[in-house]
Amino acid sequence: MSATGIGAAVRRKEDQRFITGTGNYTSDITRPGEVRAYFVRSPHAHATIDKIDVSAAKRMPGVVDILTGADLAGDKIGGLICGWAITSKDGTPMKMGAHPAIAADKVRCVGDAVAVVLAETLLQARDAAEAVQVDYGVLPAVVDPAKATAKGAPQLHDVAPNNLIYDWHLGDKAATEAAFAAAKHVTKLDIINNRLVPNAMEPRAAIAEYDQGNDALTLWNTSQNPHVARLVISAFVGMAPEHKLRVIAPDVGGGFGSKIFIYPEEVVALWAARRVKRPVKWVSDRSEAFLTDAHGRDHVTHAELATDANHKITGLRVHTIANIGSYMSTFSSSVPTYLYATLLSGQYAIPAIYAEVDAVYTNTAPVDAYRGAGRPEATFVVERLVEVAARELGLDPAEFRRKNFVTSFPHQTPVIMTYDAGDYDASMTKAMEMIDYKNFGKRKAESEKNGKLRGIGFSTYIEACGIAPSQAVGSLGAGVGLWESAEVRVNPTGSVEILTGSHSHGQGHETTFAQLVSDRLGVPIDTVSIVHGDTDKVQFGMGTYGSRSGAVGMSAISKALDKIEDKAKKVAGYMMEAAADDIEFKDGKFTVKGTDKSVGWGDVTLNAYIAHKFTGGQLEPGLKEGAFYDPTNFTFPAGCHLAEVEIDPETGKITIANWVAVDDFGNIINPMIVEGQVHGGIAQGVGQAMLEGAHYNADGQLVTGSFMDYAMPRAADLPSFKVDTTVTPCPSNPLGIKGCGEAGAIASPAALINAITNAVGHENVPMPATPSVVWKAAQGGMKKAAE
Amino acid sequence: MYAFKYEKPWSLAAAAALLSESGDAKLLAGGQTLLPAMKLRLAGPSTIIDLSKVPGLSGVTREGDNLVIGALTKHVEVMNSAEVQKSIPALAHLVSVLGDPAVRNRGTIGGSLANNDPSADYPAAVLALNGTVHTNKRKIAADDFFKGLFETALAADEIIERVSFPVPEKAGYEKFRNPASRFALVGVFVAKTKDGVRVAVTGAGESGVFRVKEMEAALAKDWSPKAIEGVKVSASGIIADLHGTADYRAHLAGVIARRAVAKAG
Ligand SMILES: Cc1cc2nc3c(=O)[nH]c(=O)nc-3n(C[C@H](O)[C@H](O)[C@H](O)COP(=O)(O)OP(=O)(O)OC[C@H]3O[C@@H](n4cnc5c(N)ncnc54)[C@H](O)[C@@H]3O)c2cc1C
Repeated sequence: MSATGIGAAVRRKEDQRFITGTGNYTSDITRPGEVRAYFVRSPHAHATIDKIDVSAAKRMPGVVDILTGADLAGDKIGGLICGWAITSKDGTPMKMGAHPAIAADKVRCVGDAVAVVLAETLLQARDAAEAVQVDYGVLPAVVDPAKATAKGAPQLHDVAPNNLIYDWHLGDKAATEAAFAAAKHVTKLDIINNRLVPNAMEPRAAIAEYDQGNDALTLWNTSQNPHVARLVISAFVGMAPEHKLRVIAPDVGGGFGSKIFIYPEEVVALWAARRVKRPVKWVSDRSEAFLTDAHGRDHVTHAELATDANHKITGLRVHTIANIGSYMSTFSSSVPTYLYATLLSGQYAIPAIYAEVDAVYTNTAPVDAYRGAGRPEATFVVERLVEVAARELGLDPAEFRRKNFVTSFPHQTPVIMTYDAGDYDASMTKAMEMIDYKNFGKRKAESEKNGKLRGIGFSTYIEACGIAPSQAVGSLGAGVGLWESAEVRVNPTGSVEILTGSHSHGQGHETTFAQLVSDRLGVPIDTVSIVHGDTDKVQFGMGTYGSRSGAVGMSAISKALDKIEDKAKKVAGYMMEAAADDIEFKDGKFTVKGTDKSVGWGDVTLNAYIAHKFTGGQLEPGLKEGAFYDPTNFTFPAGCHLAEVEIDPETGKITIANWVAVDDFGNIINPMIVEGQVHGGIAQGVGQAMLEGAHYNADGQLVTGSFMDYAMPRAADLPSFKVDTTVTPCPSNPLGIKGCGEAGAIASPAALINAITNAVGHENVPMPATPSVVWKAAQGGMKKAAE
Repeated sequence: MYAFKYEKPWSLAAAAALLSESGDAKLLAGGQTLLPAMKLRLAGPSTIIDLSKVPGLSGVTREGDNLVIGALTKHVEVMNSAEVQKSIPALAHLVSVLGDPAVRNRGTIGGSLANNDPSADYPAAVLALNGTVHTNKRKIAADDFFKGLFETALAADEIIERVSFPVPEKAGYEKFRNPASRFALVGVFVAKTKDGVRVAVTGAGESGVFRVKEMEAALAKDWSPKAIEGVKVSASGIIADLHGTADYRAHLAGVIARRAVAKAG
């Protein structure tokens, strides 16, 4: 392993820029003559828009224009769409209500845009926005997904009676019912997977510019996938032909999924820029982000697990109600279906699984993919069920898991997925050693001496990443293919530019991708630059989410590097008058096999461009290759997290005493970056389990609309994690990578809740397990013990 | 923010004059409460009167049996003051768990008291130590100063100059943080002075900081955590929200009070 190659803990190249304030984020960009946009947003969760009067506001200082939903419709700008078609049990397609970028007749959640003010300065825009008069006819609201389909519930979209978007199912119902009928024991749980607000450090932003001469538009935005944004805005919204729209996502400060989607504000910015013929800049503030970024999770689930007399799991069934919010966001339909139910087999050999999912509209912000997207929800269901089943059966949770682990591969689950490789026992065993599981009892006794409760919880999770084989997702309703593209441009001086369709918004691609190139070409990583996020530079790309950039994005680069190597060998062959087949390439040196004749990387790259030695006219000059890589399977990162908590029963305060994560991510490019991803993921998962929870009151007002009430995890809430890996290389991609971006967020909520419930001695601890909740639980637990 | 007029008077008299001239003027101290409210457009004063150039409002002194802190003294200055650490270490501790470094480097005791947030830390200290708020017009005893949620005895044109605290025999502050805001979910300040024992609870009361007389009586007889074990704080009038039920906060007041006493030694 070289100091900068695959497997080296290279420091992140991009961090110098980020930590010295020299990054280039969307809101850092100023275009000449730009106007600022400020949205007038609904204060009501559900209301008809009876009248909008902009006349007084339009006369205010600095106002350039004020546009409404009627103007948008007048210009025939299309609405936003959900790009993944899901079919209900009865074969009918999902019922997608219209989603205009500015509401025209009716608002469906607090924060729904009703007008946009364009003014010379942000303050002027904001002042004028307050002067826009909107007459609302307030309607009753529904926020609880479990109540959305009830008789008499307020109706959001005419196309979706009873607010039901789809009732979908997966698995074999009859086989599952038979398994339950024959079960020796059935474990039942009611679970609420709490709604989360993504809270990327950088709020969303968009700048749109219209080039009148070329009738072309440019959009700078905070996107995780600029090409998909361009495709949707052009093909579905109908803003401009694809070749007349350039989308640039410069430095982006975190996304966690929330910046995958196409949002109303960027559509409006483009449209408005063309109307007023001036650049239009919109930057969300934090309060706006709370209301308008797509939220995550929000499931209400009943789940059951059947076991036989030998403690083998024989069946699993779930019924989930998924809150989609007020409109269907870009990939919202796929999250509670194909990204959720397909993972319900966990790490276990379960012969029969049946899942039913009802997706419903409510008067809340749209819900879509958020770090893990469906897989954290699935893992929480499976890992809570398994832990509780072990407790009910009086078995050690590790033993019960071991009995039921999948041990031979490939393994076909009853819910679509084919697991390709893994060693689940290896990760669990290592994690148990690292946390000193066998002495947990001693530590618990010690805590009890001090009046504290102590608990330990497992989460042996699995996820499907490397999203995704295009043909497979196409057959499941996806509107796009999920391959990735790469282009390698080698300059005459030997430096390398990688153009990738993956998008880095904190993941460290500028480092890890360069490591791959350094490893393959034997060049220093400083001579490699990673170009991404601009549709004019990168031909096409599907972006970054679903832990796909390593497994899919780097595989595309690897494929293009194969071609570069082939061509460079040909160039070297001409230089040394040898056949390309006789050239060996290693550590940046081309050698004629069996001789000491060699030429260096820089000589070859220069010769590729001067082309003086290319006799016979067979070889094209230049050294540039591209590749598209389409995965043949999902990848299946898996592992074991163990959480150990100490609880003060008097206050309900949880102290996380120990946290061990042993993950199998396949081959690892940069262990330091992987560790960072695991740390961040656990922090988010711990956030979900004990701190974070978006809460709407019955009127549809977001009570947790700021950090005063929405608790983000802080360093002080977290222990020092003990992180390690086991490795079974992924067989389906050339680098053997599985992906690591979401694992922490997927695994950790179940581990923590399993630890808390273990400590308090009963299972009814909802998320977030705040001190108030845990105190109450601890009271109940202690009462039980005393009875 | 909305547009506002900015004034920077050089004397207390000038500041007071400006304050009484304009109906909705606001004094600016550390700006840690006022400026966020203005940025969110929850506050829109027509005039801001910046106190930073008014002389004599800042600093800590020991005057006989009293510790005196100027209204404009920053949290960090109280935290690091050798005089505070010597005279009332519980007060130095209180400020060390107030907000974060950025807030402590700007926020002031005067601003905190004038604001009287029901979850703020300082009000508990002032009430438990039986402090006195000195204004440009009068002296206000702690028991008369805190009037309810974000309400104080201050008149519209009244300016806090300094706060004096009788140096106690024993004092302790324990804070249980709200997981989101890190303000007090419940904070309890206990103090034993020559005038008796006082227990003040912040974070829990629907009308702001309050005393628990039963605990005071019990502690006067026996200064120990055990002495107040039997004292129940009633859940009526206690804040109930997403972060804690009234029952929980009332229970927590007892637990935290005992820990404050233990800390006081
Ligand atoms: C992120 C954050 C976390 C915080 N955490 C805590 C916490 O944990 N505990 C806590 O107690 N507080 C906390 N605070 C509040 C902080 O302590 C503030 O500094 C304090 O409440 C106000 O003081 P200030 O000097 O900033 O006042 P300003 O914001 O300048 O003023 C506040 C109010 O007091 C008035 N005022 C100011 N000075 C005077 C005076 N001398 N006479 C009369 N009126 C005056 C102003 O007109 C204004 O109405 C936090 C604040 C922030 C931003």
